[in-house]
Amino acid sequence: MAGFPFCISCFLFLNSLESHVTFLALFRKELVSYFVSPLFYVVTAVFLCLSGYYFYTDLIFFVTFGFGMNILENFWQLLLVDLRLVMLLSMPLLTMRLFAEEKKLGTIELLLTYPVRDGELLLAKFSACAVVCAIMLAGTLLYPIYVHTLQPFPWLPLIAGYLGLFLLGLSFIACGVFVSSLTESQVVAGMATIGILLLFWILSWNEAATSPELLRVLIRVSMFDHFQNFAHGVIDAQDVAYFLFFVGFFSFLTLRVLESRKWRGRR
Amino acid sequence: MIEIEHLSKSFGSTHAVRDVSFTVPKGEIIGLLGPNGSGKTTIMRVLTGFFPPTCGRARVAGFDAAEQSLALRQKIGYLPESVVLYPDMRVRRFLEFCADVRGINGARKRQRLEVMIHDCGLHEVADRLIGTLSKGYRQRVGLAQALLHEPEVLILDEPTVGLDPRQIVDIRDRIRALRGSTTVLLSTHILPEVSMTCTGVIIIDRGRIVAEDTAEALTRRVQGAERTLVRVEGPAEAVSSVLNGVAGVARVELTNGTGSAGTCELITHSTAGEPVRRAIAAAIVGHGWGLVEVRPLALSLEDLFVRLVAEEEIQNENEKPGTGNPK
Repeated sequence: MAGFPFCISCFLFLNSLESHVTFLALFRKELVSYFVSPLFYVVTAVFLCLSGYYFYTDLIFFVTFGFGMNILENFWQLLLVDLRLVMLLSMPLLTMRLFAEEKKLGTIELLLTYPVRDGELLLAKFSACAVVCAIMLAGTLLYPIYVHTLQPFPWLPLIAGYLGLFLLGLSFIACGVFVSSLTESQVVAGMATIGILLLFWILSWNEAATSPELLRVLIRVSMFDHFQNFAHGVIDAQDVAYFLFFVGFFSFLTLRVLESRKWRGRR
Repeated sequence: MIEIEHLSKSFGSTHAVRDVSFTVPKGEIIGLLGPNGSGKTTIMRVLTGFFPPTCGRARVAGFDAAEQSLALRQKIGYLPESVVLYPDMRVRRFLEFCADVRGINGARKRQRLEVMIHDCGLHEVADRLIGTLSKGYRQRVGLAQALLHEPEVLILDEPTVGLDPRQIVDIRDRIRALRGSTTVLLSTHILPEVSMTCTGVIIIDRGRIVAEDTAEALTRRVQGAERTLVRVEGPAEAVSSVLNGVAGVARVELTNGTGSAGTCELITHSTAGEPVRRAIAAAIVGHGWGLVEVRPLALSLEDLFVRLVAEEEIQNENEKPGTGNPK
């Protein structure tokens, strides 16, 4: 009985091998198109500048008021939560062009007449953006490395925090790709993505505005409450599952939008 | 190679294509002729598997366009109407991408890339950004990506629109060279283009097939009589009466032509072409007038179209009393 799932996964893997060439070609195209456009450099530069300023001020705050106290709780947690905001504002700028630009230019028509599965196309765009997100986050690794040279501290909880940030990034991308697939306008896609993501943040921010029952539900749904555990250095399977579900849900919606060309208008 | 059976496609309440059926045999070049908005692009998009038909079936190279679209897309090359390519990619890199997506690799990829860059005359621009290319070069890149994988079926949507005359001749030559080896379906609204490149023509209007034949046969069918333009240095009335007397000329029409002073312009209607033109020329020279121009008037697409649609409507009129008269 135990062999059954194994057989299925082997079958799926072999099936996917046949088309991995196509996926790699698409993935490479998406990744390269990030690096040849100035947008990526501008967004990354702004992201790192703002993160750097947060790092500097948070560090001063810690040194002034919390010196000698737990660095994880009083410094890294604050910084991770601040980085989250910078990510929220910068990731939509990286996802907004993914489908909107192809629709505006009309290249999507050409692309969809190549032997390419909708899923491969989505996965290629998603993965390329995930790589870019990882590169941006890697830029901030300078801060812990710098602090570690001054004063060693336990690494593992911070790694959990970064995992949380990356999962958060993947969720932002999934949502952004979905919104981008709905419109031809990059600006609309970007703004709408920021709106949706911000809503997921402020869902549970004011306890007084919701009844306690509703608040319990909202906390379950709110993306940012799920991030708190990671910031504390805890990897909870529930939170990981939440983010993966979030990614899966929006990817599912995106595939349905791509499919809608079959019964909707011209493009 | 291409089989379409009772294909219909509607977008909401607009019916873009209604009950269209035709087949394109292997190696033929068929022109899809019709005005803008007549459903040409929609038919082509169905054939490329971009979207399935609302009703009916379309099969290309043995694959169903709706159900086996992935396999079908391996077999076809497609040049969309407004050749839109990635502006921030270089020509060679873009063609490499096309090869990769289609799973062409190794020696074959290198060889096909070189052949395409050579055949489509892309040497000079191979390392330039597509966004900086002129329309003509972009069209060639579009053709290169469509031919890269040696497709069995080539679908070209308005391949010569927006090109200068030299480039048009160039593209037509390339398409003509495919006759016999590749099945081609191309759309156009230029009638001479069809007679120059295609083995057959399908005329559609408002989503329906109006006529299906070779270009020559269609022209003959609607023309019936040949019209010849004659410009003569001489008195208009006299010339007109003389030409009326030439054997084979059915009718002479005087136009208030644009010629210089002393010349007149006439259009003769005749049943046969060349022998009548010879007789006309002889008659004019015989009378000592100066022969400026004798030229057969080609039927324009508009003429052909209006007549075909009119024929269709007359047929429908004739059929109506039987069906539309219940009492």
